[in-house]
Amino acid sequence: MRLDELAMTIEGETLVRGTRSDLQIEHAYAADLLSDVLSLAEGEDRTTLVTGMINPQVMRMAEILSIAAVIVVRGKLPPQSMVEYAQELGIPLLATRKTLFETCGLMFAHGVSPCQTKPVHDMRDHQ
Amino acid sequence: MKYRIRAGDIEHGGSASAKIKSELTRVGIDEFTARRAGIVSFEAEMNLIVYSDSGGTLSVRVEPDAVVVEARDKGPGIEDIDLAMTPGYSTAPEWATDLGFGAGMGLANIKKNSDGFEIESRIGEGTTIRCRLDRRENPRIDHQGGS
Repeated sequence: MRLDELAMTIEGETLVRGTRSDLQIEHAYAADLLSDVLSLAEGEDRTTLVTGMINPQVMRMAEILSIAAVIVVRGKLPPQSMVEYAQELGIPLLATRKTLFETCGLMFAHGVSPCQTKPVHDMRDHQ
Repeated sequence: MKYRIRAGDIEHGGSASAKIKSELTRVGIDEFTARRAGIVSFEAEMNLIVYSDSGGTLSVRVEPDAVVVEARDKGPGIEDIDLAMTPGYSTAPEWATDLGFGAGMGLANIKKNSDGFEIESRIGEGTTIRCRLDRRENPRIDHQGGS
């Protein structure tokens, strides 16, 4: 779906629109821990990150992982430094009052798929 | 590329790694290898910030077939490397975990994203990690995910 459709779906506010007007949101990944986000090396190129983290490291990770867009959940307000960094990188930044679960549920129901990634720690190794 | 990382400087955490990723992309390293180098650097950079006594250095070297990332500090050193490598094991202080860092996945994630991984550590002397990432022509088809 397009970014404006995504914003409408999750009742989100678009804080940074980004530089790509043709951006399609196809895959998403949700995490509140840096290391979990960093396990996305094998994720699709246009993965959207859904998170409750609002520190500057989130945008630095987004740059490293070529994240398509970042959605901040639970009504958290990203600090100005994060907004400015998103602007600088041209990565869309959205914020919604909805929870992580509801945001993901709405996106999934509207056709956004999970990204394919391998776990860092495979529980089957210990069976 | 060589960056000096300061201990405790969480505010700038990840900025050297973000620069490394964009610089590698700029010089023509494939996206997948550049991304993995960024991830490995990011984890190593956060380790220097959260755990080292006096910071350290993060350096990246481009070779014809690989990208080599090296992180070096001067202490305190890791007492039990096997334990530190165990996913989920963490000695991170609360200020780090509150920010979403220190989940105990750092070294495991570094190893997962490297094709060659070495770690040397001595108590009171410091820790060095060296990661080799093979450059790939067509990474998505044959990648098996580290050692």
